Amino acid sequence: MSPLQIQKGTSRHSAYDLRDPHSDVEEVHTLAVLVDNEAGVLARVIGLFSGRGYNIESLTVAEVDHEGHLSRITIVTTGTPAVIEQIKAQLGRIVPVHDVHDLTVEGPAVERELALFKVKGSGDKRVEALRLADIFRANAVDSTLESFVFELTGTSAKIDAFAELMRPLGLIEMARTGVAALSRGV
Amino acid sequence: MTQAMTGAKMVVQALKDQGVEVVFGYPGGAVLPIYDEIFQQNDIRHILVRHEQGAVHAAEGYARSTGKPGVVLVTSGPGATNAVTGITDALLDSIPLVVLTGQVPTFMIGTDGFQEADTVGITRPCTKHNWLVKETDKLAATLHEAFHVATSGRPGPVLIDIPKDVQFASGTYTPPNGAGRSHYQPKVKGDIDTITQLVEAMEKAERPVFYTGGGVINSGPAASQLLRELVEATGFPITSTLMGLGAYPASGDKWLGMLGMHGLYEANLAMHGCDLMINIGARFDDRITGRIADFSPNSIKAHIDIDPSSINKVIHVDMPIIGDVGHVLEDMLRIWKSRGRKTNKPGLKKWWGQIDAWRQVDCLSFDPSPKTIKPQHALQRLEALTKDHDRYITTEVGQHQMWAAQFLGFEDPNRWMTSGGLGTMGYGFPASIGVQLAHPESLVINVAGEASWLMNMQEMGTTVQYRLPVKQFILNNERLGMVRQWQELLHGERYSHSWSEALPDFVKLAEAFGAKGIYCDNPDDLDDAILEMINHDGPVIFDCLVEKHENCFPMIPSGEPHNKMLLGDASTSDVIGSSGAVLV
Ligand SMILES: Cc1ncc(C[n+]2csc(CCOP(=O)(O)OP(=O)(O)O)c2C)c(N)n1
Ligand SMILES: [Mg+2]
Repeated sequence: MSPLQIQKGTSRHSAYDLRDPHSDVEEVHTLAVLVDNEAGVLARVIGLFSGRGYNIESLTVAEVDHEGHLSRITIVTTGTPAVIEQIKAQLGRIVPVHDVHDLTVEGPAVERELALFKVKGSGDKRVEALRLADIFRANAVDSTLESFVFELTGTSAKIDAFAELMRPLGLIEMARTGVAALSRGV
Repeated sequence: MTQAMTGAKMVVQALKDQGVEVVFGYPGGAVLPIYDEIFQQNDIRHILVRHEQGAVHAAEGYARSTGKPGVVLVTSGPGATNAVTGITDALLDSIPLVVLTGQVPTFMIGTDGFQEADTVGITRPCTKHNWLVKETDKLAATLHEAFHVATSGRPGPVLIDIPKDVQFASGTYTPPNGAGRSHYQPKVKGDIDTITQLVEAMEKAERPVFYTGGGVINSGPAASQLLRELVEATGFPITSTLMGLGAYPASGDKWLGMLGMHGLYEANLAMHGCDLMINIGARFDDRITGRIADFSPNSIKAHIDIDPSSINKVIHVDMPIIGDVGHVLEDMLRIWKSRGRKTNKPGLKKWWGQIDAWRQVDCLSFDPSPKTIKPQHALQRLEALTKDHDRYITTEVGQHQMWAAQFLGFEDPNRWMTSGGLGTMGYGFPASIGVQLAHPESLVINVAGEASWLMNMQEMGTTVQYRLPVKQFILNNERLGMVRQWQELLHGERYSHSWSEALPDFVKLAEAFGAKGIYCDNPDDLDDAILEMINHDGPVIFDCLVEKHENCFPMIPSGEPHNKMLLGDASTSDVIGSSGAVLV
């Protein structure tokens, strides 16, 4: 019996399980993990990934419910479908973890990252940098006669693209927050 | 009813309120306030071990044989690090433990203070959960939550690190039910639709097999009872992992024996050839599956487990059922009965015919010897002479452990304590101490190898001090036998450091501790010597000199599938391929 023959709604299978569990294709998934905001909880999550050999592409964490002492960890990870399922199950059994959401399979989600770019230059390059920043809707949040700091919010791909363009124009330093994500709609 | 008291007193109060009777521990500077409270009461018994690793294994033995959580109390720094092996052992075998460690005072944390270690950091990956408690007011709730987490869902060890100033300071004690409901509430009921699907598959299956594990034992005696009922009612064959022995009685006619690397021929071939595998509380460990790609290639697989992360971790299954084994078995039985108690009778009849043919192979047979004691023979005699006793068995790790699993029969759950997942040499002796404390009137035997036994031999002091009549049945082959066996099969018979040199005289060793020693190297004397051991009212070290080069069979070489099993020495040349050699 393959999982595909299991009648819909009759088992614990999620729609996700209807994909080939033996696939070797690595997928990128964004997970939102709601945790008690207590000492060591981030170490538990990170230790799980390093201890079991999973990948972390990006990780952000901050308290989102002060009264309930809850933090939200957003993790972008890669793995085969079977590994992704394991990661979610392993996260789910960490005691201070309340909820694990796979935003990649649960429906459309908004993913955003914030980045700061320091670009040094003068003359044409400086003008070109400013022009491109305008196209990308990046803000200059600091300027001197020989440098800018641009602030850009967007998908990771957009930030990558902007960084690529800035590199020949004098990009000397860059800071990224990692991905924050929410599902669309309610 | 809340009450003001010191942190140290809260610890003792919480243990009492949680029904704890015994604590295994070892004192030191960072737990002195708690020891002071222990001194001033009589409800909780403290057992002074001789090494913190011993405390944890003793608590494991206590827990495994009673179903209650084991409790450990050790000091900071070296006390905590010495406990780490035992804690990891309990994690891998899902044994509920509450480990309390002392810590330097909060204002010294991070200064590399005397006997400071980052205990929660060190034990984070080897506990189910752990806490550093920095405020006395939070201590009581944390202690109660610790018992809840250790014992609910998939059981496991938890640890609470308690700085010394938190022990001295006063705070408010809240009793267990006053602490509020924990958000940690694992699901115990399985999905009814999937259970029904499984029942449908059971009705049709021609070659079904129950593959059971430690989860049945952990679920409690009711689960074992339901399992027995289900096996008898359906007539399906049943095998079990090392950890699940005793859930179904070894004398039952549906019993195939243990499966896995050193499991029985009929059990492994039934797993390989079945068309429906019903995994109940086992986890497809690599000792069980052998080569994954060839594992039971033609079966539909159901997996009942309380831990969602066990599902599809190693083997992809068709019918995952997340829930407590006891609850799911109850639903399975009820649904199967309500649908008319159907099975595929002709299919089963043929299947049993096949199984009986496999049984004829008599895979546990060995060459008897009139001159030397064969380890298998020693265990057969031990079995014959003790099986009618109210008996508990612990083991160390090695060949003797596998032979014990093969040759001793377990009729009930919680009677067999062994280190399965971590394979910890040095487990069995302290575990036998914990078992004996829980069952003072019972016969408790540790089936040991001489090398493993030496790893925690200091606990002789504990057995003598507390008059614990544990029997240390050492199958002494003067070898790290299991290592030697692998070197023979895998490393061209180059026996690198796998013999036990400079062994003590075990009889004199027993006497030096004030216990009894028995030596036996003659098969003709064996029965009398075993009887002498059983009848002695006190701890015994039994030094049983056995054949030195006996190998443990059957054996599925690493990286091979179930049907590539070795049955005896004749079949062993060049057995393990280079891809298997990298496996452990
Ligand atoms: C703490 C620890 N160290 C090393 C090992 C590896 N190991 C497994 S079995 C074994 C030999 C055990 O010898 P013995 O206790 O005499 O048992 P035998 O195999 O001879 O019956 C060793 C070294 C282990 N399992 N645990
Ligand atoms: Mg040995």
